[in-house]
Amino acid sequence: MSIEVRNIRKKFGNFTALDDVSLNIESGELVALLGPSGSGKTTLLRIIAGLEIPDAGSVHLGGEEATARSARERGVGFVFQHYALFRHMTVFENAAFGLRVRPRRRRPSEQQIRARVDELLKLVQLEWAGERYPSQLSGGQRQRVALARALAAEPRVLLLDEPFGALDAKVREELRRWLRRLHQELHLTGVFVTHDQEEALEVATRVAVLNRGKIEQVGTPEQIYHHPVTPFVSSFLGNVNLFHGRIHDGRVYLGGTSVAVQEGAGVHIGAPNGGRAMVHIRPHLLEIELRPNGKDSFPATVKHINAAGSRVKVELISAWEDPVRVEIDHERLRTLALRPGLQVYVSPRENRVFVYQI
Amino acid sequence: MPPDERELWRMMDGGFDWARADETTAQMRRATSEPAWARALITAIAIVFLGVFLLIPLAAVFTEALRQGVRVYLAAITNAEARSAIRLTLITAAIAVPLNLIFGLAASWAITRFEFRRKNLLTTLIDLPFAVSPVIAGMIYVLLFGAQGYMGGWFAAHGIKIIFAVPGIVLATIFVTFPFIARELIPVMEAAGVEEEQAALTLGASGWQTFFRVTLPNVKWGLLYGLVICNARAMGEFGAVSVVSGHIRGQTNTMPLYVEILYNDYQFSAAFAVASILTALALVTLIAKRAIGGRLKSRELPVESEAADQEAA
Repeated sequence: MSIEVRNIRKKFGNFTALDDVSLNIESGELVALLGPSGSGKTTLLRIIAGLEIPDAGSVHLGGEEATARSARERGVGFVFQHYALFRHMTVFENAAFGLRVRPRRRRPSEQQIRARVDELLKLVQLEWAGERYPSQLSGGQRQRVALARALAAEPRVLLLDEPFGALDAKVREELRRWLRRLHQELHLTGVFVTHDQEEALEVATRVAVLNRGKIEQVGTPEQIYHHPVTPFVSSFLGNVNLFHGRIHDGRVYLGGTSVAVQEGAGVHIGAPNGGRAMVHIRPHLLEIELRPNGKDSFPATVKHINAAGSRVKVELISAWEDPVRVEIDHERLRTLALRPGLQVYVSPRENRVFVYQI
Repeated sequence: MPPDERELWRMMDGGFDWARADETTAQMRRATSEPAWARALITAIAIVFLGVFLLIPLAAVFTEALRQGVRVYLAAITNAEARSAIRLTLITAAIAVPLNLIFGLAASWAITRFEFRRKNLLTTLIDLPFAVSPVIAGMIYVLLFGAQGYMGGWFAAHGIKIIFAVPGIVLATIFVTFPFIARELIPVMEAAGVEEEQAALTLGASGWQTFFRVTLPNVKWGLLYGLVICNARAMGEFGAVSVVSGHIRGQTNTMPLYVEILYNDYQFSAAFAVASILTALALVTLIAKRAIGGRLKSRELPVESEAADQEAA
């Protein structure tokens, strides 16, 4: 079922949680609401669920206006960050809750309930835990019970608030893959909130990046990562090197070099000369060489080398005293024989730099 | 640590002085713990205090009650006046406790689930009966509903008797006991939080279903605990009830009032016999309270084990 929010505004006291937010989610998508804490992502999710009432704007579910409908009538499955399992019920009863509270004429028979819950517990790989209580399960297992409970009520939309936020790294990764698989199997429309860009890029079919109550960009993970339209999106989605410069004839001039302005980034090729610009370049898109390439390289000095990991992280300082971070592979490190104090030349590897006018 | 192992360690860590380390530990123990005689003294004071002020009086109640034999005892608690006092006490509790249950649930629900102005005022007002002497509570009702009271005339004109009658006793008891359930429930409901209720809502549960299937089971033990102590106070209340009752034998005497009357009439055995029923009630309450208190504590969620997390992965 499609979800559409239009011009949503929400304030808590003096704090503006959402400022004129509109978002369109097609049926069958799995959308991540990505942003730092306080960006309004959870508030937006709760407004879609009906757990929060917007000050202005409207929510449409499946093309129907649902702004005035209560959470009870919206048919959304909501998975809470801290699971909110019913402590006094067994795992089985937790999962069966949504079916048991239905009005009598829509309530399945005891047999049907049993069959449905067993099927769902199998789906979340907890068929052995039916008689346990939530307190006897680990965090990851509780998370899966919460998911089974939400799915049992046959929701038209599944909303997840920081679904893996409270779990440790290994369990997170496992559950992430599992959630993506589940989404593919069930063809459910899903929205999840996260502050972890890796999680958003890996699991979602589309990502909406929020910052200070506004949506900065909506797009596929590839679009978001490779074509961030605002400096915030660019820096939030991973490490970037940030340089300041001036625009001249379609190039941005930094301290000792210049880079070409890309079409489709934050500024037009035909931007007026003399304008101030900010350039973002990701560490893995920079190249280290021992000699100037005569084109767009600039001198820098190696400060620190961290080779623990699949890639080598090199910290340098540019001739104009800006810190520069570069990621290279181990082979390249050996070829260059880098060591702290060495004078090298750094250049953008591909023409994938993001320029933003300021 | 055995000496030979110590020797090994000494070699390994370059002559770390174990003897001195032990000395330091011993000093620390001395610094944080009292000598044996002080511990014995403190424990003895506590036991003597309990004995003199609690156990001896408790035993005295039952010995005095049975001093003139079981037949006198049974007669004292089964005569018409005693039966009337017991009945009135039970009726009072049977009205006051359910009403306070409803009030307590409503008040703690409002305080923990809604944000509103002057919330602090409501919280403070709930404590008022704790702060006010019960005698004053009784006086307030005489002032309001007595023959010369603000509303007494109107009620008298309509043939409704409140003061020196059962309604007055019930009203005074409700006033004195209304904080007990709310006071117990507020922290329990606060701790339970609203997330489970919101989860029930998104799963399609109605307000009543959420209340009976999620909220109530979560606060069950706190509520029972509050009920038990509310009931104990409702049956045992003397001051407020004494002011509004008028002490009409066989009509407006509750058990505590009846005990006082018997005592003032020098009917010591009868007084203690009735008192022994109240005392037994108190003991039952204490046992129930302890049992429920244990359940309250054990309901805390155990800390998530890391091993279980590993297993999940």
